[in-house]
Amino acid sequence: MTDYDVVVVGGGPAGLAAALSARRSGAGRVLVVERDCELGGILNQCVHNGFGLITFHEELTGPEYAARFEDAAQEAGVEFLLDATVLDVAADRSVTFVSARRGVRCVRAGAVVLAMGCRERPAGALALPGFRPAGVYTAGCAQRLANREGLLVGREVVILGSGDIGLIMARRLTLEGAHVACVAELMPYSSGLKRNVVQCLDDFGIPLLLSHTVTRVDGRRRVEAVEVSRVDEAGVPIPGTGQTYPCDTLLLSVGLLPENELSRSAGVALSPVTRGPIVDDSLMTSVPGVFACGNVLHVHDLVDYVSQEAERAGASAAAFAASGGSSAGMRLSVRAEGGVRYTVPQVIDVSRMPERLEVRLRVDGVYEHRVLVAHLGGRCVARRRRDILVPGEMEQIVLRREDLAGASPSDSLVICLEEA
Amino acid sequence: MDEAFDYDVALVGAGVSGCSIAYELACCDLRVVVLDREDDVCCGTSRANSAIVHAGFDAATGSLMARLNVEGSRLMGPLCEELGVDYQRIGSLVVCTDAAARGGLDELLRRGRQNGVESLRVVEREELRELEPNVSDAAVAALWAPTAAIVNPFQLTVALAETAAVNGVEFRFNAPVSDVARLGSGWRVTTDSGSLSARVVVNAAGVHADELHNLVCRPDERLEITPRRGQYYVLDTTAGAHVRHTVFALPTRLGKGVLVTPTTGGNLLVGPTAEDIGDKEGTDTTSDGLAEVARKASMTVRDVPLGERIRTFSGLRAHQPGHDFVIGEVAGAAGFIDCAAIESPGLSAAPAIGRMVAGLVAERLGVAPTRALARRPEPIVDVTRLSREDWDALIARRAEYGHVVCRCRTVTEGQIVDAIHRPIPARSVDAVKRRVEAGMGRCQGGFCTPLVMALLARELGVDEARLTKDGPGSELVTGRVREFEGGAGR
Repeated sequence: MTDYDVVVVGGGPAGLAAALSARRSGAGRVLVVERDCELGGILNQCVHNGFGLITFHEELTGPEYAARFEDAAQEAGVEFLLDATVLDVAADRSVTFVSARRGVRCVRAGAVVLAMGCRERPAGALALPGFRPAGVYTAGCAQRLANREGLLVGREVVILGSGDIGLIMARRLTLEGAHVACVAELMPYSSGLKRNVVQCLDDFGIPLLLSHTVTRVDGRRRVEAVEVSRVDEAGVPIPGTGQTYPCDTLLLSVGLLPENELSRSAGVALSPVTRGPIVDDSLMTSVPGVFACGNVLHVHDLVDYVSQEAERAGASAAAFAASGGSSAGMRLSVRAEGGVRYTVPQVIDVSRMPERLEVRLRVDGVYEHRVLVAHLGGRCVARRRRDILVPGEMEQIVLRREDLAGASPSDSLVICLEEA
Repeated sequence: MDEAFDYDVALVGAGVSGCSIAYELACCDLRVVVLDREDDVCCGTSRANSAIVHAGFDAATGSLMARLNVEGSRLMGPLCEELGVDYQRIGSLVVCTDAAARGGLDELLRRGRQNGVESLRVVEREELRELEPNVSDAAVAALWAPTAAIVNPFQLTVALAETAAVNGVEFRFNAPVSDVARLGSGWRVTTDSGSLSARVVVNAAGVHADELHNLVCRPDERLEITPRRGQYYVLDTTAGAHVRHTVFALPTRLGKGVLVTPTTGGNLLVGPTAEDIGDKEGTDTTSDGLAEVARKASMTVRDVPLGERIRTFSGLRAHQPGHDFVIGEVAGAAGFIDCAAIESPGLSAAPAIGRMVAGLVAERLGVAPTRALARRPEPIVDVTRLSREDWDALIARRAEYGHVVCRCRTVTEGQIVDAIHRPIPARSVDAVKRRVEAGMGRCQGGFCTPLVMALLARELGVDEARLTKDGPGSELVTGRVREFEGGAGR
């Protein structure tokens, strides 16, 4: 006996879309467990616009985008539990959570959707030389302080890393009257979206220093200065290139890490590349009945893609809960090669896959005039010309079921870049 | 007691030594004040070290260091039990990776036995592999010290201080001592926030202890403390089981190694360097120092997953050229008692240091430390140590223990609120972190800092915009965003 058909862990954009989709796909009782006091996740602190161009064909703010899904999910009869932290997801799909109102409780689910999102890589993980004073924040933490708590983290700012949140915060802090001296990026390219570089840095005259990093943090109590140095091709700081920027704040936007501690304890196999679960075309993890979507699966740059992915996970979870997960078709593994860093999914069940399957991927460097190709055996089953590919922007390639129909179990599907 | 003095004892320094002394003095019928330059206890050397309890084979036989280490190591387990402090007797291994240097293990064994360390023995390659599966392939043998342990130095210092506080010891923070001068048969102690008089001064001022000592000593008996910096990596709990014991390296021709140890919080700690620096505030890390630690870690332990690091830090040991603790009354300065140069193994020795110094104070004042501690503060609940049933029952009584604030360490609002209202209250984000570990996990406070700030503001009744990371000067934010300026905010 189960308490819920589908339990969704996390009420951010992925969890909301998954829950809505699960209900619409016929799941009876669907529960979203969210640790915050409101739904929407990180979208609640994203007060800038630019969300929803693909999904709604209009530019929404983060809270507006979240509200659309929240309203739809409410209307569809999704149940929500706020201020509740999931402590454990077991392989038998029982979910243990704790909340002030309910205490420690365990519910049994027909299927579980993991939608816990990601966290920011902290300063400590970078082993930044120097002191550890107040004024060093991850960009998302500074964003939350500004947009949810109304607190301004600093007035003279250096940003390390050109992740999207860092870029957005460069603009946000500038609009608040702070001075952003520069954004230093270790790589020779930005890790954020092109549009954010243009709209958040270029438009405000904030320099983006590519192939640079912070080599020292000064200030014992509060940040007083940081030293920014040029790095060589291996990313190693070049001695003598350091330039000191007096400032009171260092923001970090140096990578997002899927939060898979619960997945791990459930026994879900993780990819060392994405740091998220290894999933098949239905977004099911290695644990039957446990699905994953959104930034817990792999880090996205557009929320619209999160919603699309979550919709698939929710529908798959509903189907699993209804059928008990009958499927043992031919499973084809997908290999990322030649310029492609990873793909999601990593496994395709050919007998069950949809007519058209969107495989999402990221490349490992900046490439111009290439073709994204999928090979099965010796045969090309999909190709897509791209004028430019960058690591900061997710790519996709569509596979058709009919093209994979003839696959044999010994085949593997290779997705790679080729010269145009 | 002599009422002409404000206090019987003014104890300078609220590190683990000072707080251990305060804890012991709380058993005497004395008026004691503890002064510290920082905003909280445990803000100097006590907060940035290896968090281990050495067995006691390192220090030269006959030294104060050797005696107090071995005694402290014996006292530590029961003390932590009494105080509710995390302590695990996991044992240590000194790993030899160079057959030619093996004699060094025998020497340590001999010295350890002379120092009174129990159960020491040398383990050979095979047994070593069984004890410590990830030991380096180059390991030939090791000194096995089952009495060595790991301890939570933050909890220990706070618990000692709080127990002292509830038994009448007074604590004053943000009170750096600028002068100590003779006043009748006692002393006048001047701080940045006023002066006071005391019959006895105890100098437990860590790396600054030489400055106080030199104010009262004879010209030829000056003390010189050199800050000896140690840099470390902290790895995520995913790496915490990489070793089972504290693994030291036996010095080889290639130099002195670093230690690799689990912590009581389940992390892996790797370090330290040993650099003599001139700056007593020089707790910065350097790329060279961290690179050195990374390189040396692999001398004794294979595949140390440094990629799992969540924090780097450095601490300063209060080193003096004679390389022994300096404890005792300063010659020609009756009533001024040093507890100085407490470098490693100072944490291990702390319980014994407390007893010894409190004994000297009691002797000087002619009192006996007989009074039993009247009160003991209840330790802060750790919900991760409760059974699901007990946690559920606690939430039924106190709902705030069901609201998880720090997701990485599973710390609830109830624990944080408790920390803020303790006998030594947490008034900053780092003070909360020291007490309940909120922000000490893999996201390093990225998620919980705003939440902890909101709780501090609410419980202390202060403006969030004025909260600090770790005391005055470490303000967390510079003000409010425009929409909130002049308004009430949240």
